[in-house]
Amino acid sequence: MIAQKSLKIIVTFALALLPVFSFASKEDSLAEAEKEFNATDMILHHIGDAHGWHFYGEGENSFTIPLPVILYTDNGLVTFMSSEFHHDTEGHHVVEKNGMHFVNLHEKIYQLEEGAHGVEFDEDHHPLNAERPIDLSITKNVAAMFITVIIMLIIFNRLASFHKKNKHAPKGFNNVLETFVLFVRDEIARPQIGEKKYMKFMPFLLTVFFFIWITNMIGLLPGAANVTGNIAVTISLGLFTLVLILINGSKDYWKHTLWMPGIPTFVKPLLAVVELMGVFIKPIALMIRLFANITAGHIIILSLIGLIFILESVGVAGVSVPFALFISILELLVAFLQAFIFTMLSALFIGMAVEEHEHH
Amino acid sequence: MELITPEIGLIFWQTIVFLVLILILAKFAWKPILGAVKQREDSINDALSSAETARKELQNLKADNEQLMKETRAERDAILKEARELKEKVLADATEEAQTKADKIVAQAKESIELEKKAAMAELKSQVANLSIEIAEKVVRKELSSKEKQHQMIDDMLGDVTLN
Repeated sequence: MIAQKSLKIIVTFALALLPVFSFASKEDSLAEAEKEFNATDMILHHIGDAHGWHFYGEGENSFTIPLPVILYTDNGLVTFMSSEFHHDTEGHHVVEKNGMHFVNLHEKIYQLEEGAHGVEFDEDHHPLNAERPIDLSITKNVAAMFITVIIMLIIFNRLASFHKKNKHAPKGFNNVLETFVLFVRDEIARPQIGEKKYMKFMPFLLTVFFFIWITNMIGLLPGAANVTGNIAVTISLGLFTLVLILINGSKDYWKHTLWMPGIPTFVKPLLAVVELMGVFIKPIALMIRLFANITAGHIIILSLIGLIFILESVGVAGVSVPFALFISILELLVAFLQAFIFTMLSALFIGMAVEEHEHH
Repeated sequence: MELITPEIGLIFWQTIVFLVLILILAKFAWKPILGAVKQREDSINDALSSAETARKELQNLKADNEQLMKETRAERDAILKEARELKEKVLADATEEAQTKADKIVAQAKESIELEKKAAMAELKSQVANLSIEIAEKVVRKELSSKEKQHQMIDDMLGDVTLN
């Protein structure tokens, strides 16, 4: 027992130190390339979206899973694999498709103007002779989103098929899932929306809860994408809540929003403006909260690891790695907490919108 | 700035994927899962309430039984008491009757004895009379031979009779 325990501790420490070694080798290659380490670039690269799923290595030697690039240009849809850029993100490598020329400039695809063969930059490093087409690519974040979707479809299909065959309570992992399903129902939907109407919103609340939670947790894995820490993703999630509020708002809700009863008439238009702003601010707050919390967590961990390279000393790892480990564990909690808060507040806002007031 | 500039492509994919995910899960996962859970909860509640009803029924039954026992015991006591009273009454009645009967018999016996005695006395008297007459006849016959004797005889006899 004791031997097993100590073995576990050793393995844990070894795994905790792994990032140090991998980063150390990266530093060597960086030093060889005589490139200065830029913490901001490194962090933004890690928390940003990308057209390929990069795991390790630099340039042509890196291990990157290519992802499809889908562009909607003036001449129709253009698709090719991100590997055609040959790991170039500086706009040097031009890809030619259907007579159009594309470059990857800091993970954004630009379409060169007709006749141009290379990107020309102005003083602020903005491209002069290129425009961005509508980019519907399967980026790293979209791919990570698909992974979450596949995981959710598998685990909940298993739970559903268990329930189709059996009448008793499930065991093991299915039981864990069911506990959280019941948690969403009994602790979030029922108290916030009310006994009469909560069932209608259960599919959205359950899906959004598990989607955010699972995506948050996958995002903590090394090499994973920062999906829920991307503003576009949280905007979309917030839009769902907003649309549900707008569609399901009761007559009372709109009356209280636009023409609040029980107050002097001259205040009513003023309050209507404030309330109407509130309708939109609520989902915006949801969107920013999730984005900021998840991104902040990633930035803290990356900053702690980045300290080793800023101070150019392996010794710093002794401090920053345990700290990063601590933050990572904290992030596990945050992953659940943010999923819970997003779902809880969505339910609360929906509950406020569908509430029927007692008329006195 | 790049961090807070949303990419239209990602919004597009997130919205489509999330919408499809909700629809698929709602139909194939959430509906059966929530339905099964609801069903199970209902059946647990039913079982609990029926257990409660059964417990109450059992309690009622017990109370009924006790009541019944009490009533039975009271009834038995009443019957016993009645029986005892009846027995005493019967006994008393019988004694009384026997007494009256005995008295009656004794009275009858006394009466018949009195009658017998009277009859016997009457017979005795008649016999004595007859005997006396016979004796008197004999004496008369014997003593009638002489006058003196006749007189003496009569005197003696009369004297005897008065002595008796």
